[in-house]
Amino acid sequence: MILIEFRSVTKTYGVGQAAVRALRGVDIRIEEGEFVAIMGPSGSGKSTCLHIMGCLDTPTSGEYLFKGINVAGMSRYQRALLRRYHLGFVFQGFHLLGRTNALENVELPLIYQGLPPKERRSRAKEALAVVGLSGWEKHAPAELSGGQQQRVAIARALVTRPSVILADEPTGNLDSVQSHEIMKLLTVLNENHGITVVMITHDPEMALYARRLIRFFDGQVVSDEPNGSKKP
Amino acid sequence: MILNMLRIAWREIRRNIMRSFLTILGIVIGVAAVVTMVTIGKGATEQVRRQIASMGSNVLIITPGKRFGHGQPFGANIPFKEADAEAIARDITSVAAVAPVSSQALTAVYGNQNWTTQVTGTTNDYFTVTNRRLKRGRLFDETELRNGASVCVIGETVRRMLFGSTDGLGEMIRFQKFSCEVIGILEVKGQTATGIDQDDFVATPLRTYQRRVSGNQNVATIMVSIQDGVPTEKAQSDIARLMRERRRLRPGDEDNFTVMDMKEIAKMLTSTTELLTTLLGSVAAVSLLVGGVGIMNIMLVSVTERTREIGLRLAIGATEEEVLFQFLIEAVVLSAFGGIIGILVAIVASLGLTKMMQVPYEFQLGINVLAFLFSAVIGVIFGFVPARLAAKLNPIEALRHE
Repeated sequence: MILIEFRSVTKTYGVGQAAVRALRGVDIRIEEGEFVAIMGPSGSGKSTCLHIMGCLDTPTSGEYLFKGINVAGMSRYQRALLRRYHLGFVFQGFHLLGRTNALENVELPLIYQGLPPKERRSRAKEALAVVGLSGWEKHAPAELSGGQQQRVAIARALVTRPSVILADEPTGNLDSVQSHEIMKLLTVLNENHGITVVMITHDPEMALYARRLIRFFDGQVVSDEPNGSKKP
Repeated sequence: MILNMLRIAWREIRRNIMRSFLTILGIVIGVAAVVTMVTIGKGATEQVRRQIASMGSNVLIITPGKRFGHGQPFGANIPFKEADAEAIARDITSVAAVAPVSSQALTAVYGNQNWTTQVTGTTNDYFTVTNRRLKRGRLFDETELRNGASVCVIGETVRRMLFGSTDGLGEMIRFQKFSCEVIGILEVKGQTATGIDQDDFVATPLRTYQRRVSGNQNVATIMVSIQDGVPTEKAQSDIARLMRERRRLRPGDEDNFTVMDMKEIAKMLTSTTELLTTLLGSVAAVSLLVGGVGIMNIMLVSVTERTREIGLRLAIGATEEEVLFQFLIEAVVLSAFGGIIGILVAIVASLGLTKMMQVPYEFQLGINVLAFLFSAVIGVIFGFVPARLAAKLNPIEALRHE
C-alpha cells in the first residue's frame, strides 16, 4: 500500500522578488514499511519536504496523498488530528519538556488522544522498554545523555503506534557511538515493528542504514534509488 | 477534553512552581485586600448598628435648628427649655420617657487625680432612654432634681481614673466652679462605633448643670423614647406638631428644630462606614486588576519562553484550540488558585484585625465568592491574549525558535 505520495509538489515562500522556491515539482512515492533516507545540501528542500509529509506545512501547488487521501485540502484542525493519530516526529533537538520525567514526556501524545491515565502509563512504559529505557521512567531529560534523550523522543513518537516516523536529522546532535545506537533502534522499529521511517540526514554513514536513498538538490529530487542496505 | 486540558495545565503549573507562585502573588494580595477590607468594613457597620440597637431604636432626638443646618434662619436656633421636655412628656401619649440633655466637657478633680470628662445635666429619664443601668448606689431623688443638688452619677471610666481601686461612692468630685457627691456608678457600656468611650461620663441633675455650669435655663437636646408598638413616624409628627405650636411657628414656616429618629442616625452612621468600605474595597479591587496584568505579563513571557514546547505540542497533534485552552486554563487555574489563597489570607487577616480593632467578625460569603469569581474572570481576560498568541504559532517556526 502506498503510504505517502507527492504529485508534482511545489512550495514557494514569500512573494515577488523575495520569493524562494523551496520545492520545484517533487514526485515521491513511499510504500508502507519502507526505510527512506533523504540527503541533500542545506537549502535543497529536504526539510520542507519532510514538513509537508508531516502535515506541518502545506504545498503551494501539487497534491500530497497520505494513504490515498489528499492532505492539501485539509484544514489546520484535520491536519492536527492526522498528526495526532498517524504521524510520529523525531527532531534533531529532541524537544523534550524540561523538568518533566521520561514517562510523562512519552505520555504527552496520548493525553491529546484522550486516553485514560492508566492506559497512558502502561503504553508509555511499553514504548520506553522498546527503546531500551526501562528503569529510566522517572528521570528528567537533564539527567539523561543525548542518546538517551533521543531515545525518549523516539518512544514519544512510537507510543501512538503511528504509520510513519518522520525524523529530521535525528543524529545531528549526537556523537558517532550514540548515532549508531539510534540508527540501530530505528532499524529495529522498521524491521520488527513494521513502522515506516523517513529520515533526513547529512551523514552518509547514517544513510547507509536506510534501504532507499533520495537525494535533493535545488528543490528537486535528483536521485532516488535503493540503498542496498549495507549495514556497517 | 476539558479534563485533559486541566491535567496538562496543572502539570505545567507544578513544573514551574516558583514562577507560578510569583505569578499569582498579585492576585493573592488583591483578593486578600478586597476581602479583608470588606469584612472589616461590614464588621464596623454591624458594630454601629448593634450600638444603636443597644441604645434603643425607639429613641428620638430633638435638637434646635434645621436639619443638617445649611442656611440657618435669622435669630438662629431658639434653644429648648425644661418646659419643652415636660410638655412632650405631658401631651404626647405615645412617649415612654423624655430626658432634657445638656452637656459640656469639664475637668473633674479628686485628690491629686484629675480627668476631663463629659458632664451632662439631665433627669433620671435619661438612663431609661439611653438604656443604662446602675451598678452601685442610686439615681437622683425628687428633691435633688427639683433643688439642683450637688450630686452626680458617674461612668466606670471616670470612677477608675479618679478613684482607682475604690468605688468612690459618697466622695466629693470637684469641677471648676462646684463640687458634687458621687451617689451612683453606672454599668459599663463600652465604646461607640466612632471610638467614643460611653463610660467616660458624669451626670448631674439638669438644674444643677444649668446653675453651676451653663449659667442659663437652656436645654441643648431632648431625648425621647417611644412606647413599644407605636410607629416612630407617628410620634415624630406628634412631637413636631407640639414643638411648632410651642415655638409659635405659623403654617408654612419651616421647622426651626429637628426631630431625628435613631434609625436615621443609624442610617447616617452606617452609610458613612459603608461608603468607606466601598471606597477601600474599590482601591483594593484596583490592586486585583493589577494582579491580572501581572498574570498577563507572566503568561506572555511564558509563551515566548515555551515557543519550542508549543511547537512540539502542535507537531505531535495538539489542535489550535487545545493549545489556546491549555494556556487559558493555565491562566484561570493560576488566578483561581491565587483567589483561594487570597481568601485564606483574608480570613486570617480579618480575624486578627477585627480582634485588634474590636469589631465583630463575620464571614462575608458574598464578597468571598465575588472575589474568587472575579479572580477567575481576570484569568480568562488576561490569559486570552497570550493563549491566542500561543495557538496561532506556526509549528515549524516554533520548533526552530531558540
